[in-house]
Amino acid sequence: MQTENYLIRKSSLEKLFGNLIGNGKIVYAPKAKGNLALFDKVQAFGEITEDYIVTANSAKSVTFPRTEKLFSYHKSKESTEITDAANNTFPDVILWGTRPCDAAAFIPLTETFNGDFQDIIYNKRREKVLILSFSCKRSDEYCFCTSVNSGPGNTAGSDVQFTKLSDGDYLAEVITEKGQLLVKENCNLFEAKPEEDKEPNLAIVATRFNQEEIQAKLQNLFENPVWDDKSRACLGCGSCSYVCPVCSCFDIQDEAHGNKGTRLRCWDSCGYGLFTMHTSGHNPRNTQGGRWRQRILHKFLYMPNKSKVAGCVGCGRCSRSCPADINILDTLTSLQEEKPNE
Amino acid sequence: MNELIQKATILLESNSVQVVIGYGKGSANRTRAIFITQAADCEKLIFDSRCIQNLAVYLTKQEIKKLGKPAIVAPIPVLRSIVQLAAENQIAENDLVVLGVTPESELVEFESFAAIETFLSTHRIEIEGKYQKTIEMIKSMPVSERFAYWVKELEPCFKCYACRSACPLCYCTRCTVENNQPQWISVASHPLGNLEWHVMRAMHLAGRCTDCEACYNACPMGIPIHLLTKSMLQDVAENFGTYGPSLDKLNALSSFKPDDKESFIR
Amino acid sequence: MTEFEPKIVAFVCNWCTYAGADLTGTSRIKYAQNVKIIRFPCTGRIDFMLLLKAFGEGADGIIVSGCHPNDCHYTSGNFHARRRWIMFRGLLDLLGIDIRRIQYSWVSAAEGAKWADIVNSTVKTIRELGPYTDYAKVAGYLEKEVKE
Repeated sequence: MQTENYLIRKSSLEKLFGNLIGNGKIVYAPKAKGNLALFDKVQAFGEITEDYIVTANSAKSVTFPRTEKLFSYHKSKESTEITDAANNTFPDVILWGTRPCDAAAFIPLTETFNGDFQDIIYNKRREKVLILSFSCKRSDEYCFCTSVNSGPGNTAGSDVQFTKLSDGDYLAEVITEKGQLLVKENCNLFEAKPEEDKEPNLAIVATRFNQEEIQAKLQNLFENPVWDDKSRACLGCGSCSYVCPVCSCFDIQDEAHGNKGTRLRCWDSCGYGLFTMHTSGHNPRNTQGGRWRQRILHKFLYMPNKSKVAGCVGCGRCSRSCPADINILDTLTSLQEEKPNE
Repeated sequence: MNELIQKATILLESNSVQVVIGYGKGSANRTRAIFITQAADCEKLIFDSRCIQNLAVYLTKQEIKKLGKPAIVAPIPVLRSIVQLAAENQIAENDLVVLGVTPESELVEFESFAAIETFLSTHRIEIEGKYQKTIEMIKSMPVSERFAYWVKELEPCFKCYACRSACPLCYCTRCTVENNQPQWISVASHPLGNLEWHVMRAMHLAGRCTDCEACYNACPMGIPIHLLTKSMLQDVAENFGTYGPSLDKLNALSSFKPDDKESFIR
Repeated sequence: MTEFEPKIVAFVCNWCTYAGADLTGTSRIKYAQNVKIIRFPCTGRIDFMLLLKAFGEGADGIIVSGCHPNDCHYTSGNFHARRRWIMFRGLLDLLGIDIRRIQYSWVSAAEGAKWADIVNSTVKTIRELGPYTDYAKVAGYLEKEVKE
């Protein structure tokens, strides 16, 4: 559909939030915690912070929770009763205040869960999510959305995108039918399109590398010292993958208690040594350098090769939260300069 | 830190060490761990108040061990970890050069691990007043409220294990959480799994933790897990005498006294 | 309404408390039936995680018991255990896990009557405290629909 533009007053924004909460919707929004902003469930408009570049955690957990119950079973003498979570009805969730990068991240994430196998639970959850993104007025040196075909005002993935204008009111771009429905239900809050342009109200994010070039180079960079060099300080934790809005690796776990049990899908990370450990004790990816390579190749080579979408939206979270300050942009910009192996 | 740069250069030029583990410029206004193998690169070394990562964590990492004999830039928290690692036989005196840095940013060299311990005797671990107050505040809550407080605090934990990875004393190559026979700790990050993990982590550091706060600094979600280890440090001091890493004394939980006092066993 | 019957798990050492509990039986001393005894070689072997697992699996109270100091079959297992309990108890208390629900004791092989007394008084304490719903709520998280 064609994007429709409206104006929403600063005061109406709070009313819109009130209407959503009033309708019993679950709203996730950025909340301040110490120096961080975290996506969390909110009840009141006052809980939401505006002071963030991106939140420390991503919004992916609304469709891909860190612990997802797949099914549970109950064994008795006669039979085994299975409750399949795919039959559940999932609640309506509203993501309020995601950045354009977070909204865009649902595109590769949805691709992943709809490859060879269509994940019913993921898709059911995704259907119920309404994404109200806020474009970026500020950026920092970790941001690189413009290098991965996105930008501070990218509307891909959002249902509605709000841009704060110079007078404090907001431009509302309605991108999807879900977004249209929201406008219809709250039509008294949306006014005619503002005069002001969107562009001057956006942050400027410099382009740092060319994604297509990187993708081409990576074809032949499997053996290269850059992987060890850039990951030397890596501690082998999973924080980069867990804060990443696109990372989707998981581990299947059974939690059994006597004759009852649950099968769970839990987040996992390629940063862990255990991730590729074989039962025999052999580990084909046995150093952090190899694990770092996997992370970069997966995002910038394997994913775009397979589904035409890169596995990175340039939010920079992994770099911000890395306890050893390993910076993905450092690696990517230095790859730009590498000569591929013959 | 010219002195530090000079010393590091000499060490690498003379091939006394093969790598210098130190702090260099990082992203934004941060510093990061750097691993210098060429004498010419020593000028990249910096030291200031932003250098908070505990570099001792790298002394037991296989990727770093492969680089050869290290020299390590060691402010007080790193020195404490070195003594504790030495006490636990994880590092040997001859395999390491310690470039100590005082809080005044002066370089101190050490003849031996024992000399580090002597130096540390004038820099004892002290739990800051603000933490003592927070711990007291938590302890003064009714038990149910206190439990709810922690369940809520631990809720954002998604078990990335950055707390474990950043800790110099969590050097096990196979951690309890990576064992599944038995599965002591649920892999899932749900309230029970999170609680069990943080109890386990704190207990395994009881009497060993040197209060460097690396765990808290590493946590991407800002969970105050250092309060657990800080409180346990207080408990060690209260029950078994003052605490500090020591080469010749055994850890509080690997030793005992027949007359240890308690008041709760019937 | 029937009275709340606490579920209590006892972790005991093989050499003293288990033998003591045996003596309680052979001496025909009656005591509360709420306790499930799990035998260990030594109190030193009783991992702190086992206590958490017991709560996680629905115990309302726990007894941990072994040889008196200086009586350990392995010389010092109970001394090590004592230090561990001191630290563990402090941590649990900070976390708000109800330490009134864990009774530690020394019960020798000759103290059948003491064992009965420990069990009875623990049952009484737990009965007063009620079921451990705080922990059960956390442990039973997966029983609920994990929807959000």
